Amino acid sequence: MEFAKLYFRSPSAVIGLLLFILVLAMAATADWLYPRDPLALAGRPLIWPFSNPRFLLGTDNSGRDIAAQIFHGARISLLIGLVATFISVMIGITIGAFAGYYGSWVDTVLMRVTEAFQTLPNFLLLLVLVAVFGSTITTVTVAIGIVSWPASARLTRAEFLSLRNREFVQAGRTLGLKDIKLIFGEILPNALPPVIVYASVVMAVAILLESALAFLKLSDPNVASWGNLIGAGRDVLRVQWYVSAIPGIAILVTVLAVSLVGQGLNDALNPRLKSR
Amino acid sequence: MTPILVLDDVSVKLPAGADRSHAMANVSLSLAANEILCVVGESGSGKSMTANAIMRLLPGGVAIDGGRILFEGRNLADVSEAEMRKVRGAGIAMIFQEPMTALNPLRSIGDQIGEMFEIHTDLLAGEIRTRVLALLDEVRIPDPASAIKAYPHELSGGQRQRAMIAMALALDPRVLIADEPTTALDVTTQAQILELIRDLQRRKGTAVLFITHDFGVVAEIADRVAVMSQGRVVEEGTASAVLGNPRHAYTKQLIAAVPPLKAPPPRPLSSDPILTIEHVSKTYRTGGFFGRGQRVTHAVKDVSLVLPKGGTLGIVGESGSGKSTLARCLVRLIDPESGEIRLNGRDLACLTREQMRAETRHIQMVFQDPFASLNPRRKAGEAVAQGLVVHGMPRAQALARAKELFGLVGLDPAATERYPHEFSGGQRQRIGLARALALEPDVLVADEPVSALDVSVQAQVLKLLAELRQRLGLSIVFITHDLRVAAQVCDLVAVMKSGEVVEAGPIGAVFGDPQHPYTQALLASIPGREFGLERVAEQQEG
Repeated sequence: MEFAKLYFRSPSAVIGLLLFILVLAMAATADWLYPRDPLALAGRPLIWPFSNPRFLLGTDNSGRDIAAQIFHGARISLLIGLVATFISVMIGITIGAFAGYYGSWVDTVLMRVTEAFQTLPNFLLLLVLVAVFGSTITTVTVAIGIVSWPASARLTRAEFLSLRNREFVQAGRTLGLKDIKLIFGEILPNALPPVIVYASVVMAVAILLESALAFLKLSDPNVASWGNLIGAGRDVLRVQWYVSAIPGIAILVTVLAVSLVGQGLNDALNPRLKSR
Repeated sequence: MTPILVLDDVSVKLPAGADRSHAMANVSLSLAANEILCVVGESGSGKSMTANAIMRLLPGGVAIDGGRILFEGRNLADVSEAEMRKVRGAGIAMIFQEPMTALNPLRSIGDQIGEMFEIHTDLLAGEIRTRVLALLDEVRIPDPASAIKAYPHELSGGQRQRAMIAMALALDPRVLIADEPTTALDVTTQAQILELIRDLQRRKGTAVLFITHDFGVVAEIADRVAVMSQGRVVEEGTASAVLGNPRHAYTKQLIAAVPPLKAPPPRPLSSDPILTIEHVSKTYRTGGFFGRGQRVTHAVKDVSLVLPKGGTLGIVGESGSGKSTLARCLVRLIDPESGEIRLNGRDLACLTREQMRAETRHIQMVFQDPFASLNPRRKAGEAVAQGLVVHGMPRAQALARAKELFGLVGLDPAATERYPHEFSGGQRQRIGLARALALEPDVLVADEPVSALDVSVQAQVLKLLAELRQRLGLSIVFITHDLRVAAQVCDLVAVMKSGEVVEAGPIGAVFGDPQHPYTQALLASIPGREFGLERVAEQQEG
């Protein structure tokens, strides 16, 4: 309860949460408001928004309803964002925890691997993975998760380095606790808050990465994602700019919402900011 | 004598939601030239707030809301910030507890002391240098010419505190406020710094407001004493009157809690050893490439000690003497390089990690810092039950046992559901004790278990420890830097210096007739050595 009070004190965190709820609501109501396949032909191509009450946000260059694609796209973007973030944070926490707890050669090996991933531009790596394994929605999501874990690994490792020599961890060792219990039962709960906050950044980046892939027409063409719509709009960008702009705004709002929520969590979880 | 600094009915308000409404409530004190006024109290008594209020260096949300602070004819409580800056450093100077954090790590000592002259005077660079050298010489820093160029990390703790004192005295302030200036220092260094402050104060006629929690220090240095509790001055008077004949109940209780530096009559000890330490060594190597240019530190060097069954072995020494490393070797938090640690005849030093995990139930540890030694995200009861669960007891049974243990260490058994931050420091230390006792160990290793506690809480925890020792037949290895505490609880004592045991034996013999020069120096450095001894004499007579 106290945590909720701290969170709601910041206006930007509240705005972020409202926007995020809006996106969630879009995803939840998509089937109900637009029960038809969003990728099916709906009407004349390239109808401008607000000119035809049947297609509130107009149609794209193949005559598909943009509003339907935006609502259904919210599901895909959120799904990709959440699953990719989960994969990336899990990999990051595991590697960071072992590297930070054991130190010495374990740390050296794991950190060199992490650095190898970090030095590669992650979009380039993503392109390679998609080129090799194909571009179904599953591979795209997993690939995004795989390219974005190094930062959370480093963060977890740093927390573990400072926590592993605390007296309560030593006390656990003197009680005879096994390493796995110490890592996941004692240290991890204390190391988690900054990683959770960072997860919001990963989620925003994951949504952007999928859109970027779709813009290059390398994402799964069989799902109604926002990125695919932007990619489709690319061909008519100069005149019918709204085809790309509307999903662009949707992405902007979602990423903004996730970042504001993340910032709000950070402020609320950080005890040093409590008195401000 | 006319006072130079007068606090007249000063109150300092705390922000809403703090544990009390005022950090200081109607505090009246006066400080005359050429005297040392000691303000004593336990943590949270408002003694440091008094110093900060005089300097007007209060944290945000905390403000003076009544009374006057008179200095040189002005009321510091309502002068402007610009005027206050002129007073700070030049009129009233301050030295802090931890010289490492009070000095800027990126600037040389000479530069930082010289800054005082740059801000408050028009001296030229050359003159400033001469003055700084003279000051460093005055505070007896060895080799002032090289100290002037040194950075804080290149000096020892005592030298850093000397540099702080030099800085504070640079402009010959009329008042010096010393906020626990020797608390972070070792006892031998503390003795030197106290002597230095006393000496400079006499020579310059400075008025010193000395804030401390240590009655030994008070006995050593004070002319007058003010005792604070809960933001109020409960008793004030000359040092001999307050220490020798306290009138307020709180003062009496505080003074009674200070352990006298004299061992109680020896207890009969069993001749069976329970823990034998033989030739244990641990060295740390830092830097170097394939063994070249390596720095080798002998943290523990060929230590051999015996703990008889039911006895308490004290290991005393200053920081860096290796006493904590030795304690950690005993429970195998650190793996010793060589030597044997035999518990009930079984050598712990050569066990594998897996075997040691099973053996932990026979030897347990209590840690120093009651705030760091409990996992903040685990309920107190679970922390105590944890060891039992690991060693195979069903969870529900372990939690029930935790409740019993809470009772044993004098805590409310219902408190097992609470999180560590809901307990005070002394209560947390009891939880740590309950956690260690849960496994019913034969030997308890206590690493500075009462060092972070206030003196009255310290007395309670020591009493509890003595009770449990009697009731459960515990054998204890007691690590401490505080010889007073050691004198009260230990049967045997080993004095460590630079990783080696320089002297060991029954506590009465070692403290009563020290043989090694280092032990003698250590005992001679304890502030207020005689303080508390008459009390013991009275008790023994009566």
